[in-house]
Amino acid sequence: MIYKDSKILLEVRGLCANVSGTEILKGLDLTVKSGEIHAIMGPNGSGKSTFSKILAGHSAYEVTGGTVMFEGQNLLDLAPEERARAGVFLAFQYPIEIPGVGNSQFLRLTYNTVQTHCGKEELDPLEFDDYVREKMKLLEMSPDFLERSVNEGFSGGEKKRNEILQMAMLDPRLAILDETDSGLDIDALRIVANGVNQLANKDNAIVLVTHYQRLLNYIVPDYVHVMEAGRIIKTGGKELALELESRGYDWVGVENKAAARATA
Amino acid sequence: MSATLQNLVNQPYKHGFVTSIESDVAPKGLNEDTIRMISAKKKEPEWLLEFRLKSYEAWLKMEEPAWPNVHYPKIDFQAISYYAAPKQKPKLKSMDEVDPELLRTFEKLGVPLHERMALAGVAVDVIFDSVSVATTYKDKLAEVGIIFCSMSEAVLDHPELVKKYLGTVIPSSDNFYAALNSAVFTDGSFCYIPKGVKCPMDLSTYFRINTEESGQFERTMIIAEEGSSVSYLEGCTAPAFSSNQLHAAVVELVALDNADIKYSTVQNWYAGDENGVGGIYNFVTKRGLAKGVNSRISWTQVETGSAITWKYPSCVLLGDNSVGEFYSVAVTNHYQQADTGTKMIHIGKNTRSTIVSKGISAGHSNNSYRGLVKIAPSATGARNYSQCDSMLVGHQSGAHTFPYIQVANNNSQVEHEASTSKIGEDQLFYFAQRGINAEAAVSMIINGFCKDVFQQLPMEFAVEATALLSFKLEGSVG
Ligand SMILES: Nc1ncnc2c1ncn2[C@@H]1O[C@H](COP(=O)(O)OP(=O)(O)OP(=O)(O)O)[C@@H](O)[C@H]1O
Ligand SMILES: [Mg+2]
Repeated sequence: MIYKDSKILLEVRGLCANVSGTEILKGLDLTVKSGEIHAIMGPNGSGKSTFSKILAGHSAYEVTGGTVMFEGQNLLDLAPEERARAGVFLAFQYPIEIPGVGNSQFLRLTYNTVQTHCGKEELDPLEFDDYVREKMKLLEMSPDFLERSVNEGFSGGEKKRNEILQMAMLDPRLAILDETDSGLDIDALRIVANGVNQLANKDNAIVLVTHYQRLLNYIVPDYVHVMEAGRIIKTGGKELALELESRGYDWVGVENKAAARATA
Repeated sequence: MSATLQNLVNQPYKHGFVTSIESDVAPKGLNEDTIRMISAKKKEPEWLLEFRLKSYEAWLKMEEPAWPNVHYPKIDFQAISYYAAPKQKPKLKSMDEVDPELLRTFEKLGVPLHERMALAGVAVDVIFDSVSVATTYKDKLAEVGIIFCSMSEAVLDHPELVKKYLGTVIPSSDNFYAALNSAVFTDGSFCYIPKGVKCPMDLSTYFRINTEESGQFERTMIIAEEGSSVSYLEGCTAPAFSSNQLHAAVVELVALDNADIKYSTVQNWYAGDENGVGGIYNFVTKRGLAKGVNSRISWTQVETGSAITWKYPSCVLLGDNSVGEFYSVAVTNHYQQADTGTKMIHIGKNTRSTIVSKGISAGHSNNSYRGLVKIAPSATGARNYSQCDSMLVGHQSGAHTFPYIQVANNNSQVEHEASTSKIGEDQLFYFAQRGINAEAAVSMIINGFCKDVFQQLPMEFAVEATALLSFKLEGSVG
């Protein structure tokens, strides 16, 4: 929701980035204020996941220009784990499997690490068990997933739910959900969307990366951005997503080029 | 590999100091006189000298094994000193008489020698270079008839027992290094658990090599009489020298009817530096004879040190229904090489064996699992389950598996599973995205990988092993 006088949480200016020598992001601008929900859409390969991972600090990507400020501090100065502890959360498009590491053990370490960083109390294994089961209820997840290794053998949809479980546990300031909807069945989509909606409040913000309008029926964005070739080329309200759904992306690019010519 | 990860790999070895203590070191070189000298220094009976000389003769005719997947320059056996002992009073009556410098050394290594400081429930025998310097809780164990002392003392005080079992599980002609050890062994631990006695505490031996040019050739023996049981722990460290030291130990275990021996090792010999200079050559023969019916021999090893490890703790399952187990974690980093595994020889009926091997290779290291499961015609109804998992850390390390399976009857069952995995940058990024730094992440992944082995270790050892592994591998990922 857009609140009057809310603070800027994330401010990205002219962000450029390379991966293995190829430029992927080419001057990306984005401002996110607390309380807001943003959707980023755009064709395959336009750089949406790249952008998400750069915000999270993935070392494979080299930032070659621009700035990223998060709650007034230079996000690019922070190590990935420091960003996470500061409240940047990324729900991965492809959550990785970690065989041998118990999910509950992993979730507890994550939770306690972030809690400690915020000067809050850690939970012991028993307390944590109660806490995490509560959160799992919200997402209608079976407690059986606590006994298994992190994401190992989870179905595509189960992995996505495990991501949102972590978001629910960690209560981040800025959550970036990279195609959390893809792979979810119709019921799961509703449940996960519900969970996300319950987590949204006026102090945090959510950036949804998605290809489909159907997620946005459940989680209504305040802004919809279109990304193409490493830049955000158009921003609109929630109606823009509907328009994209019926017309595709081509017209945005054409319109954008025309606009560029007009201002040149 | 990223720069931070690279830095984390290069954790220094913290046991690499040398104790300055007056030592009695034999001149380098090996011949009959050297052997006579060792035997005389230890005031050994004639039969033992003969055993040594016969072994030496056999050794002279043998060749160094060339089949292991390890590479090193030829060892000059004449450039090694075969005996080194700290100069001190010949026989100690109490711990207070131990050279304070030695006590400090072991304190620094985290091995408490003072009985009042000793970890509750662990008796310790300490071997410094070639000799045993102290054994704790000896008297308490003697009350229940357990003999726990150095091999040298056993030879003098219980010659009949030593004579009865020495070389019966591992004949001196068994292999090149066993023969060498049989000729020149200096000290080690001796445990005898009488009939029906469950050893009331863990027994443990702590080995320390301190002298640069000496080899360490210890000999350990555990005899578990009918219906007895014992859990034995072995730990080892050495200073960081730029030369290589040879460690060629022999361990023989005998379990009689219904007896149970559990042998755990945390091996942390100096592994050489990050360029592969220095480190211990660990060429060890360990074998247990499950002689009696329903007997059990269980090996658990965590191998983290040594420049080269060549070691196959094995079980000969002779008694019907006897059980052999091998649980192993072998970690190599930098230029370390390990060729380790086990042999399970099934002879008795309905014998069972379990092999769980976890190899972790980082840096430029090479880690091989080599295992033999042999089921004799007589071993009807035998069963074996083997699981060999390798984990690669980084891009330049190697993992190899050499399983040999020989089954000579048709109603036995052998199962072998193997896997190879890798700690990737993306796994670490996933942890980092959830606030967990690389060290904690690697330690969690490795502990998960080794879980099945660690849970076999006695509690204090499991904690030590976990810490040791994290320490050794911190950030060696990329
Ligand atoms: N590690 C990498 N090495 C080489 N190219 C890469 C790498 N990572 C991303 N790219 C390239 O960068 C471009 C942007 O990829 P990215 O994953 O950000 O796209 P996306 O917008 O998320 O696409 P999708 O909608 O399909 O998820 C693609 O052309 C991709 O091939
Ligand atoms: Mg993507």
